[in-house]
Amino acid sequence: MGEPAVLFKNVSRHFGDVKAVDEVTLEIQHGEFFSMLGPSGSGKTTCLRMIAGFDRPTSGQIFLYGQDVSNLPPYERSVNTVFQDYALFPHMTVEDNIGYGLMIKGAPKTERMKQVDEMLELVRLPGFGYRKPSQLSGGQRQRVALGRALINHPKVLLLDEPLGALDLKLRQQMQVELKAIQKRVGITFIFVTHDQEEALTMSDRIAVFNEGKIEQVGTPAEIYEHPASTFVAGFVGTSNLVSGEVAERVTGSDARFSIRPEKIHLATVDDKVDDDMFYADGKVRDVIYLGLYTRYLVELDGGGDLVVVEQNLRTTSMDVMKVKDQRVRLLWKKEHVRYVGG
Amino acid sequence: MLQRISTYLYLRPRLILLLLLLPPLIWFLVVYIGALISMLINSFFSLDSFTGQVVRQFTLQTYAKLLIPTNIQIFLRTTLMALTVTVACIIIAFPLAYYMARYASPRMKTVLYLAVTLPLWSSYVVRVYSWKLILAQEGIISWFAQLLHLDGLLNWYLSSKLLGGPSLSVSVTGIFLVFVYIWLPYMILPIQTALERVPKSLIEASNDLGATPAQTFRNVVLPLAFPGVVAGSIFTFSLTLGDFIVPSLFGNSSFFIGKAVLTYQGTSGNIPLAAAFTMGPIVIMIVYLLIARRLGAFDAL
Repeated sequence: MGEPAVLFKNVSRHFGDVKAVDEVTLEIQHGEFFSMLGPSGSGKTTCLRMIAGFDRPTSGQIFLYGQDVSNLPPYERSVNTVFQDYALFPHMTVEDNIGYGLMIKGAPKTERMKQVDEMLELVRLPGFGYRKPSQLSGGQRQRVALGRALINHPKVLLLDEPLGALDLKLRQQMQVELKAIQKRVGITFIFVTHDQEEALTMSDRIAVFNEGKIEQVGTPAEIYEHPASTFVAGFVGTSNLVSGEVAERVTGSDARFSIRPEKIHLATVDDKVDDDMFYADGKVRDVIYLGLYTRYLVELDGGGDLVVVEQNLRTTSMDVMKVKDQRVRLLWKKEHVRYVGG
Repeated sequence: MLQRISTYLYLRPRLILLLLLLPPLIWFLVVYIGALISMLINSFFSLDSFTGQVVRQFTLQTYAKLLIPTNIQIFLRTTLMALTVTVACIIIAFPLAYYMARYASPRMKTVLYLAVTLPLWSSYVVRVYSWKLILAQEGIISWFAQLLHLDGLLNWYLSSKLLGGPSLSVSVTGIFLVFVYIWLPYMILPIQTALERVPKSLIEASNDLGATPAQTFRNVVLPLAFPGVVAGSIFTFSLTLGDFIVPSLFGNSSFFIGKAVLTYQGTSGNIPLAAAFTMGPIVIMIVYLLIARRLGAFDAL
């Protein structure tokens, strides 16, 4: 493996007493689609801004392909950003927006126009060059912002929650498209988001941020299947966290564990329990029908709740809505239980 | 009853708009446009030099009188003064407005707002007179210059034929200084408003795309602040064009448009010529606005 694209060495950023980023060490590889995932205020955006150069670390160093950029201004880093609000220049046409970086570099106009046209092609906006940003839809602005950043062939492209303002359909479409563009141009993408589904969909690896620290770095599957902490288990997807007395009744030990709702099987109380299974009996308190799947809230006999999700593939054993207030047995494989500390 | 009126109006949005706009519309048409038209008409009348009566008959005679070299010089002098005052106001106002819009804390911003507008609370004439004290021969500036042993420099400057005079208060420079002081708030506030509407992310985006702060200023900040600069300059430019108090109190005896209008109308009762004179600034302003539009000042509106 060569030089990492981005390297954080014990980077901290304090705003007064607030430790927005606290001793973060992180390596992002060349060509990766890397997501920084976390709730707002977790430090992910501050990390992104420090890579871009809008913010400087209070302590620690940031390297870009081996070069210490901690104290370089943004215009001396070959990193480009797609902003959350797109930040398109309202007084310029789409063409001039996309060509801005080249214009600043002093590229001749003919060369600039050629590359702008190529870029318009890449972001699928051919023929939109003469429009003003105000004449574009949200999704189109998004593409212009992407083209404006990519035309400079940055070593790393930073994306600050770029899909946040789009509606669900468009967002899903852009997710696929972004991933395809990243494959095509082969640039390292660093994507900041608070949407765990988005991170899971697009990323090669994800860093989960919480309170200025990284809780876990890993592939989407690792993060989802093996959450390293209570926080990750709760933030990425939904998880049932079971601890104390309730845990002891199920597993025989009071160690805290998490179990994904979709791993739990809903069965009747007289169902057989295999040796590789845990089980708990209870009463269905709530049923929420969500089309693709149904979510059940089950009150366990000895106290505590578990959320169960079942896909609406088969309506064999029970009709979903009739299950309410019924006694049920919850079954899940022992291997799906994650013991999480804390 | 009241509810029925409400319902009636609610269903007729155009009617309610008309009712709301009627008073300002009448005011605007009668007082503004009416006065302008009456002035325009008057400028096509003439003054009988023998009886001193206005002859109400269409003639271009007044305009012929208006366009004699002395008067042309007054127009040029006033326009030049208005331009220099405007440019000076822009140069002084921009950094302050930039600071207010970008860096000042909300508290600091309030303080600065107050500081900028505070002079407008007191009488214009009082403030202009106070400048008499500052600029007079034994005034504050010459006292200060003596203190710093710069009186030689001041005297050398005053000996300049074009800009100087016996003292600052009776020089073109004096007029210029007072104008800049008086109109500065009208430049700061529009620029500040325009800059306030430039999101920080645009400046970051420009830096991000490789532009140095200077390039960012030229390519992003300035074009977006331009409408504000033009709005401010409309104030400073037109106010300077029409003002008669400052040139009367300061400067030498050379005429400015406002002073000329006052003299013709007030002193000699030549209303047609005064009216024709007033058409001057209006024409200059129209030209000015056309140029501003050409430069794209109103594109962002």
